[in-house]
Amino acid sequence: MSLSKEKMVAMFKTMNRIRLFETKLQEFFAAGRIPGFVHLYIGEEAVATGACASLTDTDSITSTHRGHGHLIAKGGNLKLMMAEIFGKSSGYCKGKGGSMHIADFDLGILGANGIVGGGGPLAVGAGLAAKYRKTKDVTVCFFGDGASNQGTTQEALNLASAWKLPVVFVNENNGYGISCPQCKSMAVTDIADRAAAYDMPGVVVDGNDVLAVYEAVNEAVKRARKGEGPSLIECKTYRWRGHFEGDACTYRCDEELKEWIAKDPIPRFEEKLVENGVLKADGVARIKAELAAELDEAIAFAEKSPLPEPSALLDDVYA
Amino acid sequence: MAKKTYLQALNEALGSEMERDERVFIIGEDVGRFGGCFGVTQGLFDRFGEARVMDTPITESVIVGAAAGAAASGLRPVAELMFVDFIGVALDQLFNQAAKMRFMFGGKAKVPMVLRMPQGAGIGAAAQHSQSLEAWFMHIPGLKVAIPATPADAKGLLVSAIRDDNPVIFLEHKLLYGLEGEVPEGEYTVPFGQANVAREGSDVTIVATSKMLHTALCAAETLEKDGIKAEVIDPRTLVPLDIETIVNSVKKTHALVLAHEAVGFAGPGAEIAAQVAEKAFDYLDAPIIRVAAPFCPVPFSPPLEQAYIPNEASIIGAVKSIR
Ligand SMILES: Cc1ncc(C[n+]2csc(CCOP(=O)(O)OP(=O)(O)O)c2C)c(N)n1
Ligand SMILES: [Mg+2]
Repeated sequence: MSLSKEKMVAMFKTMNRIRLFETKLQEFFAAGRIPGFVHLYIGEEAVATGACASLTDTDSITSTHRGHGHLIAKGGNLKLMMAEIFGKSSGYCKGKGGSMHIADFDLGILGANGIVGGGGPLAVGAGLAAKYRKTKDVTVCFFGDGASNQGTTQEALNLASAWKLPVVFVNENNGYGISCPQCKSMAVTDIADRAAAYDMPGVVVDGNDVLAVYEAVNEAVKRARKGEGPSLIECKTYRWRGHFEGDACTYRCDEELKEWIAKDPIPRFEEKLVENGVLKADGVARIKAELAAELDEAIAFAEKSPLPEPSALLDDVYA
Repeated sequence: MAKKTYLQALNEALGSEMERDERVFIIGEDVGRFGGCFGVTQGLFDRFGEARVMDTPITESVIVGAAAGAAASGLRPVAELMFVDFIGVALDQLFNQAAKMRFMFGGKAKVPMVLRMPQGAGIGAAAQHSQSLEAWFMHIPGLKVAIPATPADAKGLLVSAIRDDNPVIFLEHKLLYGLEGEVPEGEYTVPFGQANVAREGSDVTIVATSKMLHTALCAAETLEKDGIKAEVIDPRTLVPLDIETIVNSVKKTHALVLAHEAVGFAGPGAEIAAQVAEKAFDYLDAPIIRVAAPFCPVPFSPPLEQAYIPNEASIIGAVKSIR
């Protein structure tokens, strides 16, 4: 394995940080404490974590409506995220964006996105900027199985390939776009097969195996940094929760969910780490306690922050 | 008449038109067994099957374009976009294809399609899921624009839209879906281009669309207590626009306030104001006032969102500034 122990522990922390954060959001949403839509990433943590593990702060990502995991994996600040989701003026976007629109340009997080398929063209632009300015930076474009059917996504794949841009397209195939199962929305089984149409590498990985995601994306990132162009990595995974909180999930069966819960990426990674002596049981407990304390701080910060003043409404429409 | 919600009225219109005309079908995302993101197509999949209630991939461009192509080929599609905001993805198919086919092809084509889209703010859905975009569609010759405010109009206008031989943009307000009202049973249509005088009055004309109609009616109630009698008019369709009813009202009241949730700048009220200024300038004893959203995207945080949406107080303030 090419990863150091420290790196693996950091990845384990990231996965747990996402899970804890989102489990809390689930609770807050049920209690009516979060306005608007909340799309949870629970069950898919290995994808964002594995994909972002090869990135530096100057690399970029484009995210989706289901973006909390991507943001946390790219180093997003939990306090500012939580405050934004609560609609507070201390949040990442001064309360103007909310769960679906969080960005941190200093960390190369070019924004979560309310438009399915909105991220692909933006990732092409970020890749173009890196090539233009001759940096070695790479952009990871996260997009769902549903988003893979948008023209914007296919156009982005084509142009990134035609111009050999440093973009890694990470497809999160969780089997559904809201109620629509993959088999009803496309004729292919593997979205990665579409890479052939653009003459770029297309790889399928187990999206619940963080190391498999890491290995595949790491290859693609290296290739992109060398100027050899984009890749498409398809991560097969599953969302445990409804499409958004409040979705009754009438379109899928409990057995399917149970099968995927049995493939929970977090205990799978934990077992591997313990088996290989990277972590001990008390180490795991310590990490979880640390993360819980960190989350409590983020919540306290969000709770005590003020709501925006109505006078802020017209700020920031233009630069 | 029976009491029904706006959503039930829409559902009834879809169901009855599908019974009546087998060329009518539904196409959109999650409109099948799921019943649509807001539930408007609920039950129709079970009634008519997947050949007539079609779930598409996430592909707005093709939803709109396929509706136009199928309409030009003899069918009568009713397409749904989950939120009006997503029309951005499909604009070419709407503006350059569907809207222009008849004219460009010298009157040979007919594009009898309906594009249903919920719009409006108020549920914390933020900048990309809350807009009111009627002015965009009004600006494109070839499109008709219906914007029902009540359950009865929801039914009557949707039936008319489906029977119309042109592309019709049908704008629903997501906060009206649960609104109850009397809805005529059986065959019921509301003709396009016929405004609804929702309340009669002699002192000021308030023209309001969609959810703002209800806000305007509340404002009129309050104004009455202060001795100001407001006439409240809902155009119901913005294209065609029943300017005559509005002008006649202004000739009686001599004052005009326009209320809508869309952004004020170059918004739907600007067109109505301009036409009234052209046709009834001499009858006005005060400037025309617009009550509309400010010139910014829809914010997420509830206090900001509430400050964004025009309310009863803004309408009352506008009326009192001229009356
Ligand atoms: C252009 C556009 N169309 C439709 C939607 C509504 N919508 C939000 S998420 C979603 C499903 C997305 O599916 P997928 O890309 O597989 O991502 P997942 O939700 O499974 O993570 C849909 C249809 C949207 N937000 N934007
Ligand atoms: Mg999906």
